[in-house]
Amino acid sequence: MLGVVGTVPDPNFPLVHGPVRLIGSELIIAGRRIAINRGTPALLAAALKTAESRGGPEIYAFLAGDIGKGDGSRKLYQFLARQLPEFSFRVLTFHYLQPDADWHNKVLFAVETMTPRPTLIADAGFMYAAKMSGQSACYDFFTPDVGELAFLADEIAPHPFYTRGFILHQDADVPNLIRRAYQYQNAARYLVVKGQRDYIADEKQVIATVETPSFDAMEAIGGTGDTLTGILSVLCGGDLTPARAALLAARANRWTGFYARPTPATQVCELIDTIPQALQKARRGF
Amino acid sequence: MFGFFRKRKPKGCKNSGRPSADRGILVFENTSDVIQAENVLKKSGWSVRVMGPPPEIQTGCDLVIEFPLMEELNIRRTLASADIQPLSVVPVTAPLLAPVDLFQTKDFGDFLMVRAANMKITIAKEDLKIVNISGGGCPDVPYLAQEMVGKTLAQAPRPRDLGHTLCGYALELAYQELRRIC
Repeated sequence: MLGVVGTVPDPNFPLVHGPVRLIGSELIIAGRRIAINRGTPALLAAALKTAESRGGPEIYAFLAGDIGKGDGSRKLYQFLARQLPEFSFRVLTFHYLQPDADWHNKVLFAVETMTPRPTLIADAGFMYAAKMSGQSACYDFFTPDVGELAFLADEIAPHPFYTRGFILHQDADVPNLIRRAYQYQNAARYLVVKGQRDYIADEKQVIATVETPSFDAMEAIGGTGDTLTGILSVLCGGDLTPARAALLAARANRWTGFYARPTPATQVCELIDTIPQALQKARRGF
Repeated sequence: MFGFFRKRKPKGCKNSGRPSADRGILVFENTSDVIQAENVLKKSGWSVRVMGPPPEIQTGCDLVIEFPLMEELNIRRTLASADIQPLSVVPVTAPLLAPVDLFQTKDFGDFLMVRAANMKITIAKEDLKIVNISGGGCPDVPYLAQEMVGKTLAQAPRPRDLGHTLCGYALELAYQELRRIC
């Protein structure tokens, strides 16, 4: 089973957890409906579309409403720190949460007591918290975009907003940023870097790159990183090696662009609809 | 008497990043308070800057306001009149992290995208409608996208009014840059 932790942009949404379903353009969890826009709902929708194509796994989500005040995130942190050891997941993905290093450490401590230990993926705010707490190496995957990679490569930046200019300017030299992120132990076991060219890397090397198909407009579309993380979360729980799962996820995410014919005004839900076709295409010759 | 503190720095004047004995930082409970305090202080003409906190008080998604220390009382008074209370006031003893001040603009033909730090905002040139907001990882980003996408730059709520985090603050900078160039 895949577990996903994140927030929804609704201040009145309570903390809920349970199996999640995709019906039409809405997610259903614990009797509540959530529109798919971007953020964790987009990740979940992409994961559900991927799981639908592959015949599983079941997806279980932990969600709370948070519009940036941190209240929903704190409820989730508190709940997870206490309850996570009672759950069992093959893969556990952490997503849009208010970055908080202290709470991150409490949750990570709870994860370490889970048996078996799940494959851990961190993206968005939780990845920021993981880096800031100095615990990046405990994770199996980080899925930054190039700007977030520069933040991981900057050993003193506590948030991408403070990435130092001389590092940010190196965004054309992704391999060097990857090296630097590992040098300062601010990277997970694998990095899946989304950009004009996607990179899959570990501490030793750039394992693979993916650059086709390429659509300029994808850079403007909010949620394309969420879909990549959603697809990866499902694929890395299957029988592929982690690097192969990342490679297939990166390819499939790009092929969604091919089928959706994106413009900068395309919304992420239009890309999510094409995931089954994109996966099929990405698997050819794989 | 201390009117010179109120003078804004000349355009293009860069901060060395070195600590200055006459500067202090205002620490607030959350980023929303910082954004609100910055608005109030700048409207009152104070020379203040939003910066990153020193490592000993970082919790994860932080901003502080750097201000002329000798003006503490007056600044507290300005904030109190707006019902804003800093958690503490600390002298600057070490270099503060400066926010990213780099903007990137990408022209897609019918669309224009501006990036500030990790946040991007894209508009249709024809009607200045916001068509996408991307980047970021804090929970106000999906909320801001939900509230802003589909509206024109003039109609949309400002990130500084709805945002609560550093990502929200970065989006405000991108928004300001778009307003400047459009």
